[in-house]
Parts: sequence; C-alpha cells; structure tokens
Amino acid sequence: MNELTQVLDKNGLIVAFLLVGLLTWITDIFSKKVLKSRIPGSALAIFLALFFGYLGGVFADGEKGLADIALFKGLSVLGGSMFRDFAIVATAIGASFLLIRKSGLLGLISLILGIAVFFISGVALAWVMGYRDAVSLCTIGAGACTYIVGPVTGGALGASSEVIALSIGTGVVKTIAVTIFTPVFAKKIGLGSPGSAMAFGGIMGTSSGVAAGLAATDPKLVPYGAVIATFYTGLGCLVCPSLFYLVLRILFE
Amino acid sequence: MIKGLAILSFSFLLGMWSGELLGSWLGINANVGGVGFAMIFLLLIKEYFNKKGCWKADLEFGIEFWNKLYIPVVIAMAASLNVKSALSSGTLAILAGIIPVFIAFWVFKILIKNLPSSHE
Repeated sequence: MNELTQVLDKNGLIVAFLLVGLLTWITDIFSKKVLKSRIPGSALAIFLALFFGYLGGVFADGEKGLADIALFKGLSVLGGSMFRDFAIVATAIGASFLLIRKSGLLGLISLILGIAVFFISGVALAWVMGYRDAVSLCTIGAGACTYIVGPVTGGALGASSEVIALSIGTGVVKTIAVTIFTPVFAKKIGLGSPGSAMAFGGIMGTSSGVAAGLAATDPKLVPYGAVIATFYTGLGCLVCPSLFYLVLRILFE
Repeated sequence: MIKGLAILSFSFLLGMWSGELLGSWLGINANVGGVGFAMIFLLLIKEYFNKKGCWKADLEFGIEFWNKLYIPVVIAMAASLNVKSALSSGTLAILAGIIPVFIAFWVFKILIKNLPSSHE
C-alpha cells in the first residue's frame, strides 16, 4: 500500500488525467442513459467537479478545493492557469478568423457594457448591504466583474482584507453562476451563433465561467466567447481602480 | 504532430508576451488579453500556411489534441476552485455574484435582438 501511495504522490498530473477521465466517462453514460442527453455530459461533469471542490474545501480546509487533498493535488496542475490558457488558445484552431474580425465591434461594445453592468449592480448590492465608503464599494463592484479584478482593485485602493476576501468570493460565485446558468438559459437568450458567443464572452467576462458555460452549451462556441472574454479582466483592472473609483468618490464622498 | 504543437506553443508565448507588454504599457500589473492575442496569432499562422499550401493534417493533430483536452482541463479547474469559501463568504458575495449574472443575461438578450448581424 505504501508503494502505491508513493506512486500516486509522485505522479499527481497523471492521477488527475485518470480522475477527470473517469468522471467524464461516468457523466457521459449517465447523461445518455438516464437524462436522454437533455443535459450534456460535460455540463454534469463540470457541476459535479464544483461539488467535489466544495467537499474538498470542507475536508481539507484549504483554498484549492479538492486539490488540497494530497491524493488529488494534480488537479490544480491540470486545471491551473497554464494548461487552461494553452487549451483555450488551441480551441482557436476551429474558429474562423473572418468571423472574429467581422464581430470585432460587437465584441468591444459587449465588453464595455459587460464591465459596466457587473460593476454597477455589484456596487448597488454592496450599498444595499450597508457599505458606504467609496473604496469598499469599488472593490466589491470590481469583484462582481471577476475574482481577479476585485483584489487588484482592492489592493490598489487600500481596501481592508475582509473586503478584498469578499470581492474574491463574489467573483468566484459569479464564475460558478455563469458556468451553471449558461447551458440552462442559452436557448432562451439567443446564444447559439459564433457572433452571439463573442458578445456573450464580452458581457459575462469571466474567462473560466464563459468557457465552461459555452463548453457545456456547444463546444464549437468556446473559441469565440473566449477570444473576447480574455480582454475583460485586463480592461476591468484598468478602469475599476481609476475611472470607476473617481466616479464613486464624487458620488459618495 | 510535434510541429503543430510547436506552432501552438509559439503563438501562445508570443500572445502572452504581447499581453504582458500591453499590460505594462497601460501601467497595470496584469496580462491584458494575452490569450486573445495568442488565438489571433494562431489563426494568422494557420491562414498563412494554408495559402502557401503547407498546412497538413499532421500539423493540426498536435493542436487538435489540446483543443479536445480543453473540457477536461475545465473540469479539473472547477474541482480546484475555492467553492467553499465562495459560498461561506456571506450573503453579499452570493447575491453580488448571482444577481448581476441574471441582469447580464437580460442585457445580452436585448443586445442580440437589436444587432441582427450577430445571428449569422
């Protein structure tokens, strides 16, 4: 037994391939046989993975979900930013350059609209919950954009660590919400063409949420959504601690 | 196969570099659109090779593999997110994480309706 533990410990990434492969296998069969393919297997697998991430957090009390348990630590390598970004870039091979160029303006409009919608509604909710100072409001509003924009903004403005943690939490909830609700509402909101996927990526912004949600809706849409969504966090980090903060300060102080 | 993978890696690194440069040029400590630039570089290289007639199925295989690996990577990412703290960081985090998403769905619906060109 000791030898097996050693092997598993040394080869974390390979163990992660096995785990994710098994999970996909099981959810694919479940989706086909029990749900008659009404919910795609990949959506189920992503949802279950989030659930396991929660369990991991409960048992290991860390910050990396299931990956904090030694046996599963390879998951954080396979699901880390390097492999994630590399695989997203590879999805571009199935995209059409012409379509992306044609929808460039739509992408830009949706990016600006998306950051404004999330920031404003985040600030409004923080205000309702009792926050009144511009720094906290701005940090929480930035967290409603993505879990990276939140701490970057909070750090730049000197927000308290409690507020920064709150902004990260908000951003992670957003990613999860986009992941779960995108396949559910895709048809209802008219998400189905490459052009609409680009607008969707711009409005929702969270690259992991958009990519996971689109993957569960229709994998062909992933590159279109991702190519725009990757600009969202950068643009958010640019305007939240500067322009948006100044506006808030004029409004609240 | 490995040649295709090399093209993918080249586009990736070039894109990330552009993102970092744009970030520091804008004065923020973040990668601005690195992945987006990398995707555009990859598409441009493919276009160029296609025109020259030397884009082969073998090249694409190395990239296709990573394309297919995308969903497994997302699954692994979901399992290593800090789901617990997201759910336990309070009512505000949950409200401010979910309500704007619904507003954004609604805004998206209106945007798509008013821009019929995106329906192609």
